[in-house]
Amino acid sequence: MVLTVLIAVGVVSSIGAGLAAVLVVSEHFFNDYGPCSITVNDEKEFTVDGGKNLLSVMVGEKLFIPSACGGRGTCGLCKLKVLEGAGPLLPTEEPYLEKDERESNVRLACQVKVRDNLKVEIPKELLAIREYTCKCTDIKDLTHDMKQFRFELIEPQSIDYIPGQYIQLLAPVYEKSSEEVYRAYSISSDPAEKNGIELIIRLVPGGICTTWCFEYLKVGDQVKLNGPYGDFRLSKTDAPIIFIAGGSGMAPIKCMLHEMRNTSNKRKARYYFGANKVRELCLVELMRQFESELAGFKFIPIVASRDEEERWDGEQGLVTEAVERTLKDAEQCEAYLCGSPGMIDAAVEVLKKLGVTEDRIFYDKFE
Amino acid sequence: MSFTSQMSYALVVFISAIFTQNILLSYFLGLCPFIGVSREIKAAFGLGLAVIFVMTATSLLNWVVYHVVLEPLGLEFFRFIMFIIIIAAFVQLVEMIIDRYSPPLYQRLGVFLPLITVNCAILGASLFMVIRDYSFIVTIGYGLGSGIGWFLAIIAMAGIRQRLANERIPCGLQGPGITLIIAGLMALAFIGFAGVLQGS
Repeated sequence: MVLTVLIAVGVVSSIGAGLAAVLVVSEHFFNDYGPCSITVNDEKEFTVDGGKNLLSVMVGEKLFIPSACGGRGTCGLCKLKVLEGAGPLLPTEEPYLEKDERESNVRLACQVKVRDNLKVEIPKELLAIREYTCKCTDIKDLTHDMKQFRFELIEPQSIDYIPGQYIQLLAPVYEKSSEEVYRAYSISSDPAEKNGIELIIRLVPGGICTTWCFEYLKVGDQVKLNGPYGDFRLSKTDAPIIFIAGGSGMAPIKCMLHEMRNTSNKRKARYYFGANKVRELCLVELMRQFESELAGFKFIPIVASRDEEERWDGEQGLVTEAVERTLKDAEQCEAYLCGSPGMIDAAVEVLKKLGVTEDRIFYDKFE
Repeated sequence: MSFTSQMSYALVVFISAIFTQNILLSYFLGLCPFIGVSREIKAAFGLGLAVIFVMTATSLLNWVVYHVVLEPLGLEFFRFIMFIIIIAAFVQLVEMIIDRYSPPLYQRLGVFLPLITVNCAILGASLFMVIRDYSFIVTIGYGLGSGIGWFLAIIAMAGIRQRLANERIPCGLQGPGITLIIAGLMALAFIGFAGVLQGS
């Protein structure tokens, strides 16, 4: 009886092990496509061992292609153009590609297997995305639930970005989270300063990354982030600007204002900044300084409801109400909005009512 | 049995496996992919081809393992596990080889191959081959015939479903409901073959 069991277990395991060995050996043998060269945008070229999917190869070369599902082919974000060597379109890619995309050779990087020399085209912005190792050098309280963090870049040492773009900060595994997560935050620093960045972060109750930033991150700690991403940016026109922001929506607008000061931009600009209470207004002094340095700039803080003991003689009510009350020349303006989805939707409504066409409203929704 | 009589027996088994004892329409094995992938002929064709190939190859492979390893050791009761492991490994291997040497074929079969691992008609063919005590040569006929039978059934179903696409079907019966009813009618029609051949 015992013998039968032993033989049975032995036979099944050895056949199983034998088959597994055959598979491993043949995987090694069949999956060896030799070295393949990949040319990106006709400028960067590198050689990799074939057999892996294009997405992992690109990430291995520190070219960050956006992807939310991690290469399982379910998010459809890792689109890029493969001009040569990708083979025919796979059924797994079809659902994610529009007709014009198929015609222009757009593919899902995670589904394309590198088996030949490839010619790849990715948007220029993606080429500039890097992973940065940084050191936290300063944490400043702005309000009771907003902090300003400064990071000094260690490797690589400098960053180029367009004001309005964001980075993804990596929150490591810590007591309240068992996995690494990336969260997006807009850059708020002066773009002239290339060796560091500054973020304005508002505490999200229960949020994995913000809780880590507020309770665990200390000055001197090393963090990882990657970027820059996003196409929220100032246009090159001379149209008067309306900035509308609330809470940590301050960040990209502050960055844009630094840029305007650095380039002595003479565009007329008004900045409506909304807060619930007077004590939730932040960086007012810096904004006043911008007002004195930028001829056409005006900062309009708005407080939704004043506590009895607070002194406030500025605008009161909702940001959208203040915009509606004070904006006269809306038709010629361009609007730049940043904040919570609720605020942005309401502001877009009001702006449209005042005559700002949709193609002149730009926004960055924090979702 | 002599070689010639083995061959003619294999031929009979081959034809009966296609028509009178169709593994799908008389045993209702492999229904899940049959319903899932029969919406259009192109996909059904790819899956059907893959089934023919895998079914023939795995039933032969399993015949060897059963008669060379399991039977002498008295481990016949292990055949379920063994067969499934072998089918899974074989499908993996075939996928790799096709991917390497024939990208166009891989393109055609690619997504269906892994699906086949869990197609119960494949396991069913191997188990019937044991129960009915087929010899190696007869198993060739049986595996190939069952595969072709399954292929025929899914192609026929896909053809019918393509025509049905524009018909007005009561909403409660749309999709799998009407497909099962059609499968039942097809099975009835296939009973008509029963008088043609006295299958084994």
